[in-house]
Amino acid sequence: MAAAHEGHSPIHQFEINQLIPLKLFGIDASFTNSSLYMVLALGIISFFLISAMRTGALVPGRMQSMAELVYKFVADTVRENVGDEGMKFFPLVFSLFIFVLVLNVLGMIPIPGVTFTVTSSLVVTAAMAILVIGIVIAYGLYAHGLGFFKLFVPSGVPWYMLLILVPIEVISFISRPISLSVRLFANMLAGHIALKIFAGFVGTLLATWSVWSLLSVVPMALTVALTALEVLVAVLQAYVFAVLTCIYLNDAVHGAH
Amino acid sequence: MAAESLEIAKQTAVAAKYIGAGIACLGMAGAGIGLGNLFGQFLSGALRNPSAADGQRGTLLLGFALTEALGIFSLLIALLLLFAV
Repeated sequence: MAAAHEGHSPIHQFEINQLIPLKLFGIDASFTNSSLYMVLALGIISFFLISAMRTGALVPGRMQSMAELVYKFVADTVRENVGDEGMKFFPLVFSLFIFVLVLNVLGMIPIPGVTFTVTSSLVVTAAMAILVIGIVIAYGLYAHGLGFFKLFVPSGVPWYMLLILVPIEVISFISRPISLSVRLFANMLAGHIALKIFAGFVGTLLATWSVWSLLSVVPMALTVALTALEVLVAVLQAYVFAVLTCIYLNDAVHGAH
Repeated sequence: MAAESLEIAKQTAVAAKYIGAGIACLGMAGAGIGLGNLFGQFLSGALRNPSAADGQRGTLLLGFALTEALGIFSLLIALLLLFAV
């Protein structure tokens, strides 16, 4: 099978390579290409925000307008979904949104043999989802005490219905971090695999060196269209992650509805 | 004889893998129905009240991403069967 060649397998791009091997207390804490991309994203975000806001002009320039647009966009999302009390979680949502966004978009920039999409690792997205749900539970218990658990008991329902509804609510709450992490991870993984497969068709058709080579225009056009779709998905999934974080935080801030 | 039956078992496993990937892709039909419903309903709503349509574009894209993700889940299972199992 042609797809099984080293370096041409569609899932080869998700391989994590150790750049600086490191062992801490028996745990493998090596600096990998995944870590490199995370540090790179952090550098880009810090550079963008700090250099844009350094002047702090009343009438913003180009860079400052961009930074203010991102800020306002996330602030509006938080205010819309959680309300004004939710603005204390704005730094969390903003960090998550811009980190996921930059990681997704960095993964869309093709550099042969280097490109790695950090958000296509389930361990990264799961860590972020567990952080979000952990904060929801901790803040919910802090703000409402045991009343937080009223979240699982819908009001205005006869008691015999509760026997069915409470387990459903509990299961839906538990599945939140799973769906939150798997949604981002699966979108990135499936998108990049699909891109690689379609790009592989171009090479396979060209390599025949016959009339069929002319047909390679078709998968090439599809690859271009898919790339456009994937850029849209990369931005949308970062937004969806932020919005769902807000919706879950809303439960913690406002308690049972 | 034993080697032959082992070979047959291996081939059957490969065939089952491809059949499983094909069946997993059927789940994307649900996402297709959902996306068609989503955009169709948005369009009919937007044609009735075009002035309110622009404000709901964010909700539309959010619904698009949430619906598409469910189709991607089944595609993910298919891809995992093809390349990772």
